[in-house]
Amino acid sequence: MSRLELRDVTVALPTAEGEVPVLGSTTLTLTEQRVALVGANGSGKSTLARLLNGLVTATSGQVLVDDLDPARDGPAVRRKVAFCFTDPAAQLVMPTVVEDVALSLRRRHRDKAERRVAAREVLDRFGLADLADRSVHALSGGQRQLLAIAGVLATDPDVLVADEPTTLLDLRNTRAIADLLFSLPQQLVLVTHDLDLALRCDRALLVDGGRVVADGPPAEVVDTYRSRA
Amino acid sequence: MSLLGLYRPGRSWLHRLPAGAKLLGLLVASIVVVALPGPASGVAALVVALVLVVGSGTGLRLLLRTVRGLLVVVVLMAAYTTWQQGWERAVELTTDLVALVLLATVLTATTPVDEVLDAVTRAVRPLRRVGIDPERVGLAFALVLRAVPTTLDLARQTGDAARARGMERDPRARLVPLVVRSVAHARATGEALDARGIAD
Repeated sequence: MSRLELRDVTVALPTAEGEVPVLGSTTLTLTEQRVALVGANGSGKSTLARLLNGLVTATSGQVLVDDLDPARDGPAVRRKVAFCFTDPAAQLVMPTVVEDVALSLRRRHRDKAERRVAAREVLDRFGLADLADRSVHALSGGQRQLLAIAGVLATDPDVLVADEPTTLLDLRNTRAIADLLFSLPQQLVLVTHDLDLALRCDRALLVDGGRVVADGPPAEVVDTYRSRA
Repeated sequence: MSLLGLYRPGRSWLHRLPAGAKLLGLLVASIVVVALPGPASGVAALVVALVLVVGSGTGLRLLLRTVRGLLVVVVLMAAYTTWQQGWERAVELTTDLVALVLLATVLTATTPVDEVLDAVTRAVRPLRRVGIDPERVGLAFALVLRAVPTTLDLARQTGDAARARGMERDPRARLVPLVVRSVAHARATGEALDARGIAD
């Protein structure tokens, strides 16, 4: 497993009224295979997750992914840490299913024919082979999220950070995506409001008001969350 | 959904033509159509574009959908130009516009975007010497093509939302959310590209 470290990290975002703290001083190390981040909307859990891929830069302190700093070694960190968004619509940037996966593989396979074959192999792995030439607009919500995950995992990263990947999905698709996420060999950092999913993780963190207020076995953390809600 | 920006798999001669040749053809056609004065060149370009649309096998229904999206712009432009500069100029401008949109449609309907991306990347590779990253230029080009159907989709959604609130006649209720959502979508797409390391 990768070693994801936050050393006295704070995040403040600039606004018209000045800097607003989003994440208070946070120090933690994540080495478990599956880690859940739970908390209310606006609590800072997505900010914490985004630090791991370099989408958000720490205002102070240091983030390390296997000793790589996303602020300094961004490309290397992004090759290690994939990120999946809540809404796959923004993440799917090419018109067809196979082209979107092929986009992820452009640096790995310079040859177009090789890239196409590799993209189709990825689609096959994720049960999307039949949809290869379909427009991403024509996919269902569940298929889009599945494609978004396939797209970011096409390059075989070590870690997948998923920011509420099931929030927009119905029950059946939630189950399908959750089962996929929990079957992956990659280390998973899962931001979620679905406490059943949090309970399936090896460790959970409760974020509230920009601070990690509970950290430990998921059952205990979820109990704490329920008691504070 | 507009056809512009959406590849339709097929086996026509236009599908088999290399993406670079089609891009170059579109570039030359754009220059010629705009440079030649008078309504005759516009009408001729429109006829050629229609022949190519039929030759690409993309289907009349999808063609009509593409043109329908342009209809308001074409009608407004034709009316204004007729009033200001006469009907000959109006015919020239509207036929030029529709012909070029149809030609662009033929390109996107017969060419996978990653082939366009490869062709553009190859074409701008010599500019690497002056610090231009060909991959980024190619990606930007592909994103522009992708943005067309996405923006039309957002326009439909914001139109629906305005109708649901009984504000279908209020242009602000349609345009302001469309602009805000388009910017938000562009930003989210940028983040997603960053997260996937594609922009690295």
